[in-house]
Amino acid sequence: MEILSLLLNGFAIAFEPLNLALIIFGCAVGLFIGAMPGLGSVNGVAILLPMTFLVPPTSAIIFLGAIYYGAMYGGAISSIMLGIPGASTAVATTFDGRPMALQGKADKALVAAAAASFVGGSIGVVLFTLFAPPLADIALGFGAPEIFALMLMAFATFVGLGGDDVAKTLFSIFIGLVFGAVGLDIISGEPRLIFGDIPGFFHGINFLVLAIGIYGIGEMLWTIEISKGNVVVSQASVSVKGILKNLVELTRTWKAMLLGSFLGYFVGILPAAGATPGSLMAYGFAKQMAKDPETYGKGNINGVVAPESANNAASTGAMLPMLTLGIPGSPTTAILLGGMVIWGLEPGPMVFIDHPDFVWGFIASLYAANLFSLLINIAFIPAFIWVLKLPFTILAPVIFILCIVGGFVPTLSMHDVWLMLIFGIVGYLMRKLDYPMAPAVLAIVLGPLAEPALRQSLLISGGSFSIFFTRPFSSVFMFIAIALLVLPLGKQALDARRRKTERT
Amino acid sequence: MKTLWKSGLVGLGIAMISGLGAVSVPTDAKAWEPKKPVQFIIMAGKGGGADKAVRFMQNIIAKHKLSAKPFTPINKPGGTGAEALIHLKNASDPNHTIMFTLNSFYTTPLRQPGLGVDISTFAPIGRMAEDTFLLWVNNDSGITNVEQFVKAAKAKGDAWIMAGTGKNSEDNLLTDFLNKAYGLNMKYVPYKGGGRVAKELAGNNANSTVNNPSEQLGFYQAGKTRPIAAFTPARLPLFSDAPTFRELGKDFVYFMQRTVVGAPGMSKEAATYYRQLFAEIYGSDEWQGYMTKKSLQGGFITGDILMRYWLKEKAVHKVMLQKMGAIK
Repeated sequence: MEILSLLLNGFAIAFEPLNLALIIFGCAVGLFIGAMPGLGSVNGVAILLPMTFLVPPTSAIIFLGAIYYGAMYGGAISSIMLGIPGASTAVATTFDGRPMALQGKADKALVAAAAASFVGGSIGVVLFTLFAPPLADIALGFGAPEIFALMLMAFATFVGLGGDDVAKTLFSIFIGLVFGAVGLDIISGEPRLIFGDIPGFFHGINFLVLAIGIYGIGEMLWTIEISKGNVVVSQASVSVKGILKNLVELTRTWKAMLLGSFLGYFVGILPAAGATPGSLMAYGFAKQMAKDPETYGKGNINGVVAPESANNAASTGAMLPMLTLGIPGSPTTAILLGGMVIWGLEPGPMVFIDHPDFVWGFIASLYAANLFSLLINIAFIPAFIWVLKLPFTILAPVIFILCIVGGFVPTLSMHDVWLMLIFGIVGYLMRKLDYPMAPAVLAIVLGPLAEPALRQSLLISGGSFSIFFTRPFSSVFMFIAIALLVLPLGKQALDARRRKTERT
Repeated sequence: MKTLWKSGLVGLGIAMISGLGAVSVPTDAKAWEPKKPVQFIIMAGKGGGADKAVRFMQNIIAKHKLSAKPFTPINKPGGTGAEALIHLKNASDPNHTIMFTLNSFYTTPLRQPGLGVDISTFAPIGRMAEDTFLLWVNNDSGITNVEQFVKAAKAKGDAWIMAGTGKNSEDNLLTDFLNKAYGLNMKYVPYKGGGRVAKELAGNNANSTVNNPSEQLGFYQAGKTRPIAAFTPARLPLFSDAPTFRELGKDFVYFMQRTVVGAPGMSKEAATYYRQLFAEIYGSDEWQGYMTKKSLQGGFITGDILMRYWLKEKAVHKVMLQKMGAIK
C-alpha cells in the first residue's frame, strides 16, 4: 500500500503539464534517434543532457528517461525496414524482422516490435515498482561466477538448435569469441590480437561495427545478388483495421513476450550487462524453447517479439543498479548517472529514502513514456512502410551511406568504417556458405563479459571449477546450461542414427 | 553623494572594461577555442571515482556554458590505463583530446615500456584534486578494526579476496603494502573500475577493498560497508572513526592524483585555454562542494609545477614497483 501511494504521488508529478510535455517530446525525439543507424539511446541522451539544466531535476530525468524509451522503440524500425540495426540493442530484431519485411509482412513486424516493446517495458516498470530494493540486493550478490554461468547459459541456447548445422554454429561462435578477445585485456593489462600494432584495435572490435557490417552491408550485397538489381520487395499495406488485426494475432506470441520481458529485465539489472545482451539472450531462449526453431531467422514473428520485449524490459532493469547501487547497468544509464550527480542527487542505496519525489516521479513517468512511445510509434508506421516502396536502386545507396555513418559515429574513427566494410564482405560470404551469423554477433557481445568473469572466478577459487557449482545461483545456471548443450546434441545424434537405420 | 558614488562606479566600470580590453586584445588575436567536440578520455571504467568526476566536470562545463563545444567523456579502462595512454599518444587531433588521469599515469608506462609512453611529453593542464584511500570491509564480517582484519585475513590465507581495479594499479600497490606490512597472503582479483570493486565488496563477493571514499560512500551510508583505516596523514572528516595507518604504527601515506592532461603535441594556445577552463572549474562552487562531499583533497596546480609533481611522483612509484618486484 505504501508503494501504491508513493506511485500515485509519482503520477501526480509525472502528469504535471511540463513533465507530460517533456515525456511526449522525449519519446518522439528518442524514436527518431533510435531509428537512425549508429545513433542509439546513448547518443540521444548525451546530446540532450545539457538541455536538462533548464528544468528541475525531476523533469530532467523524466525527459531523458523518455528519450531512452523512445530510442528503444525506434531501434527496431531500421532493423526491420532496412536490415541495418538501428541501435546495438536492436541487433537481434534484424534476425527475423528483416526477413519478415522482405516477405511483405513489414507492417506486422513493426506492430509486433511496438507491442512487444510496450509489454516488455510495462512488465519492467511494474517489477521495478514492486521489487526494486530486493532485486537490487540480488544484483549486488551477483559475483563473477554467477555472471559467467549466466553467459554460458546464453551460449548454450545458440548451440545445437534444430535446423542449424552444429559445426557451423560452433565455428560462428568461436570466431565471434576471437573477435571479442581483441584489445587490451583488463586482467593482465596486455594487448591481444592487435595485428602488429594497429592502434584502432586497442579498444577492441566495436560490436556495432560487426553487426552493421554483417547485416547492413552483407544483406545489401546479398539482396543485390539474388535480385539482379530489380528487387520487388513485396509491399505491405497498412490500415487501421490491419493494425488491429495484427495486434489481435500477436496475443499468440504471449510466451515469447513474457519470456523476453522477464529475462530481459533480469539481465538488465546486472551491473555491466545492459539491454544488448538481454535482447540477444531472449532471442536464443525463445528459439531454444520453440516448437519450430527451424523457422527462426526466416521471419518468425516470435523472433521479433522476444528481443524487442527484452530490450525494453532490460532498459528499465538497467535503471535499477544505477539508482540503487550507483553503478550504471548500461552505457546510457552511465550518462544518466552523470546527470543525476550534477542535479545534486547522489545515486546509491539512499536515493529512495532521501529523494522519494524524484524516484517515484521518474518511475511513474516510465509508465507514461511507455504508452506514448507505443502510440507515436504506431502512428508513424505508414510513413515507415512508405520507405519500402522505394525501388532498391535508390534504397541500396541510402542503406550504404547509413551503414558508413553508423560505423563511424560510435567511436568517430575511420578504422571502424574500414573494419565494417570488411565485415560486410565476410558476412556476405558467410551467408553464401550458409553459416549462421547470429551466434557470431552473440559471441562478440557476451565474450568480453564472460571471459573476465571466468578468469576472476578461477582466481578467487584458486583454479578450481567447483566454484561454479557450490554457489546457489551459479550452480542452477550451470546445470541449465549443460542441459541445454547436451540435450539437443544428443537428440540430433539420435535422429541421425534413426535416419540411418530407416534408410537401410 | 549618491551621484558621485554612481559616477565613481561607472568610472570603475569603464576602467575595468578598458582594462579587460587592454588585456584581451593581444590574447584575442590568438585566443584558441575548441573547434569541435573535445574527447575527454577517462583512464578507468564506468562508475568509478574518475568516471564520476569527469561526468561531473562535463556537466559543470555545460551548465555554465564554459565552452561552446561539448566535452564528450569516453571510458578507456583497458590494461590499467594503457588503452587510454595509447589513445592520447596517438591522438589524431591533440588539441581536442584531453584525459582525466590517475596514478596509473606513472605506473603503467613504467611497467610496460613497450607502450612507448613518455609522460613528460604530455601537456600538464591541471591537477583537480588528490583522492584518498581507505581500507574497507563488509559490515557482515563483523570486523571493526585493523587488528581483527589482520586476524581474519591471516586465518583465511590466500582465500581472502581483495578486489581491485587492475593489475599493478593503485589498489594492487596498496594490497601489496598490506600483505607485506602485516604478513598476509591476500589474493588480488582485478575488476573493471572502482565502482564495480565497491559493489563486489558490498555484495560479499570480496573480503576487502581499498576504495576511494566516493566509490564506497553510498554503500557506507546504507550500512553495508565500513572503513577501518585510512592511507592519509590525518583522519578524514567524513570517516573520523577510521584511524590512519600512521596512528597504527605503519608509516604509509598514499594519494592518487585526479588530474587533467592534454595529448602530447597539444599547441601552447590550446593548453592555455584548457588550463584557464579547468582553473575556472576548480574554483566553481560545484567542484568545491564535490571535493568536500567526496573527501577529496589538494589544491589546483598546473604548468611546470604540475610537471615537476609528475616527475617526483613517477620516481616514488618506480621505487614502489621495484619493491613489489613488478619491474626491475
